[in-house]
Amino acid sequence: MVEHRPVRDFVAHLILIVGVIAVAFPLWVTFVASTRTFEEIVSVPMPLTVGSHLQDNYEQVLTAGSERGSKAPVGRMLVNSLIMALSIALGKIFISILSAFAIVYFRFPLRNFFFWMIFVTLMLPIEVRIIPTFKVASDLGLLDSYAGLILPAIASATATFLFRQFFLTIPDELAEAARIDGAGPMRFFFDVVLPLSKTHIAALFVILFIYGWNQYLWPLLITAQESMYTVVIGIKRMIAGGDASNEWQLIMATAMLALLPPAAVVMLMQKWFVKGLVETEK
Amino acid sequence: MEKRVVFRSAWLPYVLVAPQIAITVIFFFWPAAQAVYYSFLLQDAFGLKSQFVWFQNFVDLLRDTNYLSSFRTTAVFSFLVAASGIAISLLLATMANAVVRGALVYKTLLIWPYAVAPAIAGILWAFLFAPSIGIVTYYLKWIGLDWNWMMHSPQAMLLVVVASTWKQISYNFLFFLAGLQSIPKSLIEAAAIDGAGPFRRFWTIVFPLLSPTTFFLLVINIVYAFFDTFGVIDATTQGGPGNATEILVYKVYYDGVKAADLGGSSAQSVILMFIVISLTVVQFRFVERKVQY
Repeated sequence: MVEHRPVRDFVAHLILIVGVIAVAFPLWVTFVASTRTFEEIVSVPMPLTVGSHLQDNYEQVLTAGSERGSKAPVGRMLVNSLIMALSIALGKIFISILSAFAIVYFRFPLRNFFFWMIFVTLMLPIEVRIIPTFKVASDLGLLDSYAGLILPAIASATATFLFRQFFLTIPDELAEAARIDGAGPMRFFFDVVLPLSKTHIAALFVILFIYGWNQYLWPLLITAQESMYTVVIGIKRMIAGGDASNEWQLIMATAMLALLPPAAVVMLMQKWFVKGLVETEK
Repeated sequence: MEKRVVFRSAWLPYVLVAPQIAITVIFFFWPAAQAVYYSFLLQDAFGLKSQFVWFQNFVDLLRDTNYLSSFRTTAVFSFLVAASGIAISLLLATMANAVVRGALVYKTLLIWPYAVAPAIAGILWAFLFAPSIGIVTYYLKWIGLDWNWMMHSPQAMLLVVVASTWKQISYNFLFFLAGLQSIPKSLIEAAAIDGAGPFRRFWTIVFPLLSPTTFFLLVINIVYAFFDTFGVIDATTQGGPGNATEILVYKVYYDGVKAADLGGSSAQSVILMFIVISLTVVQFRFVERKVQY
């Protein structure tokens, strides 16, 4: 900064440390609860140090679910969540990069019409059209299926826009050179456009993976069988009764399992994550 | 902007856009059209017959005090989420921008809540604030506060606001930090030479220069509070106690799925669509302005 003031520096660090602790506190309590027994948690106030039941609790939820709430094993749910998150992320990238390529590199009748059709979907979040979308999915026989979990979530205007914006910055000389060398559009796509888009694909992937993993309302509607639950839905089904009757040690172990994969993606791929956030909101 | 060099093919572009257009038509336009159509229908109690009633569902909604109070709840909720989220993250970002050492560490430790699903965020905070066993509840009772969000409406609202804000801080923080880092150091230095202290510098130079970021975040946070917080509400208060935390999105879900009121819920969907469209228009006009400046 402009002038060096040790006191001001100290205050800044203090505020940041308080912020970091306040933000991390719920996570710490969750982790502690996931290592304790039910009795330890309900003995108010609950201890704030790590207990000795970490392995028991995690083994129990991964293989057998909770005892009083849903009995679906969380291991299966994690697999479902992973399939859903990966398919949504890759599916969105796949359909968006193709349509953006067509819209930027071709002139064809209805081009603007298609562009606007995709644009308008920005304005229709799934929350505002849940019931009709549910009817469509049930008419198509997609209830309790991976296709049903994934397909309605993969149409995205943002990814298409991002690729379109980026393609517009690729120098025309590249396309010209490719044409002179006799390369067709798909050859140009695979040899030039796709390698150039690598960083954008990585950034989008991080954002979309988190988006897919954290889906809630749609999976809640479309999954009735326990074998199709995602982990975010499964944990909700474990909360059966009131405060003191929930098996908090198991719910909290499931919460840890549900939030660790996306949190790890954010922390480990921080560079791509920040790039993705900033770019998708342009 | 258009490309000067383009490829020619009579069929290839259609094949390339086909997957996205198919999904968009099946899962966006068809359901949205149906929502509009259902909003003009009135179903009998058994869902056997339905009758075309023009705007009756909308008229009923606007006369329904529950619906109007849900509007008020949504307004209060999104104002609190946006205002507290923006204020806290602006403070943290300003501090992170000011420290010389450790900024990256703080950044890493502040951004992870973005990855937590809203429903999970709700569960984490509901556990801390649980009326009989929560650790925060224990200390609140110790200082003499009668804490039970399952009974007291303002406390329920506070719980969902805290959980929703907590999850959104990381997002706001990153955008503020990027905004702060793009402010030219020379401006700050010039003000310092003229004798402006840190507070004066913040309010007269930094804050005005951040206003595009702040406005952008305001729109994003309102959209977030309107729609993405469904998971927070459903995992904690479920709209209660009474209707104290029943935001518009939750009411669409509750009336449509739980109460099976197809017409009423669809009419609410249509109203929500108008709200999203206006928010999107505001956002885009703003983005256009940002590009020009």
